[in-house]
Amino acid sequence: MHMADALLSPTVGAAMWAVSAGGVALGSARLRRERDDRLAPLMGVLGGFLFAAQMINFSIPGTGSSGHLTGGILLAILLGPSAAFLTVASVLMIQAFFFADGGLLALGCNIFNLGMIPALLVYPLCYRRLVGPAPGRRREAAVTMFSALIAMQLGALCVVLETAVSGISALPLDKFLLLMQPIHLAIGLVEGAVTLAVVSFLRKARPELLTRGNRPSAVSGRVVLASVLVGAVLVAGGLSRFASEKPDGLEWSVAKVAGQASLSEHRAGVGGFLAALQKKTARFPEYQAVPAAVPGSASASASSAPQAGAVAGKGSAVAGIVGTVVSVLLVAGSAFLLRRSNRGAVAPEA
Amino acid sequence: MASVHGALLDLKRLDQLAAGDTAVHRLDPRAKVLATLVFIVCVVSFGRYQVSALIPFFIFPACLIAAGRLPAGYLAAKVALVAPFAVAVGICNPFFDRSVLVHLGPLGITGGWLSFASIVVRTALTVAAALTLTALTGFASICRALVRLGMPKAFAMQLLFLYRYLFVLAEEGGRASRARELRSFGRKGLGLASYGSLLGHLLLRTWQRAERMHMAMLARGYTGTFPAAQGGRFGAREFAFVLFWSALCIILRLYNGAELLGTLVTGYLP
Repeated sequence: MHMADALLSPTVGAAMWAVSAGGVALGSARLRRERDDRLAPLMGVLGGFLFAAQMINFSIPGTGSSGHLTGGILLAILLGPSAAFLTVASVLMIQAFFFADGGLLALGCNIFNLGMIPALLVYPLCYRRLVGPAPGRRREAAVTMFSALIAMQLGALCVVLETAVSGISALPLDKFLLLMQPIHLAIGLVEGAVTLAVVSFLRKARPELLTRGNRPSAVSGRVVLASVLVGAVLVAGGLSRFASEKPDGLEWSVAKVAGQASLSEHRAGVGGFLAALQKKTARFPEYQAVPAAVPGSASASASSAPQAGAVAGKGSAVAGIVGTVVSVLLVAGSAFLLRRSNRGAVAPEA
Repeated sequence: MASVHGALLDLKRLDQLAAGDTAVHRLDPRAKVLATLVFIVCVVSFGRYQVSALIPFFIFPACLIAAGRLPAGYLAAKVALVAPFAVAVGICNPFFDRSVLVHLGPLGITGGWLSFASIVVRTALTVAAALTLTALTGFASICRALVRLGMPKAFAMQLLFLYRYLFVLAEEGGRASRARELRSFGRKGLGLASYGSLLGHLLLRTWQRAERMHMAMLARGYTGTFPAAQGGRFGAREFAFVLFWSALCIILRLYNGAELLGTLVTGYLP
């Protein structure tokens, strides 16, 4: 469920970064106030545990596929919401930097989808409410399962929304939803089952560990609501900039689902700003002679006047391909030269 | 992320690469983080059908890899490892977007294939930039840079703790996983029951380790923060580095470098 940079527009990426950064700041402030200095090494080590556990798969009987733990709900049960959120976020950061599992710009989205939703939304608002003060085993099991499912569904929904608003993938929104939600229903069932198995094991082996998350100092609903509100405003800000380019929001969404990308959607946010700047600054004669040189205008010319688009496209396609080959050669050449000139330097011990 | 042991090898390799001592290694980590962010934002801000304009951006990771004397083959292999994901997500585009945008002689290229190619190139660029940043800087330095750029201290502590104990725990998890594999004749374990108790045991050992560690740290005078290493200086070299790469990225964003080169070359051809 890790999102990659390649599918994200800068607007969405920046908005989700802002939301996640707010969450991290809130969580950090809350932890500092708790002043439980046993928590710091515990969180670090549990992050390591989560990292290792995510790579140990188990086979799901009868399907031939395998699943693993994601861990948001489990950590929230063990540590409480803010510590769990920070732990998941830190694991995601390691994965982004070392394994390119989700990009750097997408880190905000991933922290929100996989950390904030289970730990700061589902755990306090769903798990804690439903499980009550002294739950029986059946009830606890059912609530754990349900929370894991909900967290997974919400996460998948956010992935779909973030991808759709970015507009890089051509997959229609409804088809993407139909693809993602059932898959994550299955993944959520697995997640719930694993969380349940680990929790019931701990209850047998060391029941005192399970009391930590139940302390009353959980994140209050107020803080959660505030952060969600901030996120909504940010995302809505991004969305309205998309929508305002078109006279009608519905038309925009219809065009989107039909897979016919209109020019205007690339004109929003940072991309739009840069594209506008580009139009103003484009003063090269060759550049103006080739309409397709402006990113996105290829689609515009093709859809509005197919004939002209085709003719213009031919010239620019040749130039584009020749230019691509030349720039690959240039990049390779300069890297080669740099490496040769650098030969005298001390090599890193590999 | 095939196995725990494979992941550990990757972590150690990148960590060792960051111990190099070239001019780019010595730059203040903040400069490298900022330049990489500008690069990524410029790359992802292109429209969905743009392919040729993205190609010149390879200059950034290529130059850093060359100047930092990083093993290009190893990093390329790591990028290729992520590629299947991009292909899986992008492969739907040619089916949903069939309008022909570019004619190349008799061959019509649809928008779907263009955007598919664009997604693959974007993935390669952003992943290469992120891995290069890690291999040139090292995780602890990146954390320090992020703190100085405004990340909360508590979160930085969590990241440093995690990074410190990741190796120990991943090795323990890897041993447990291998033992289970041997007992189940190479299949992935014996179902949910054994998986639950495997993770449970791993968690218990983890927890006990954390308690021991906390006592050991208290005995050595732990006050709640790591002693900060000496801070680097954001001097003229760092400033020049950020300025040069940001300017280059923005110029390449505004002018399609590949196409300009192409028209230049084809203009001289008869």
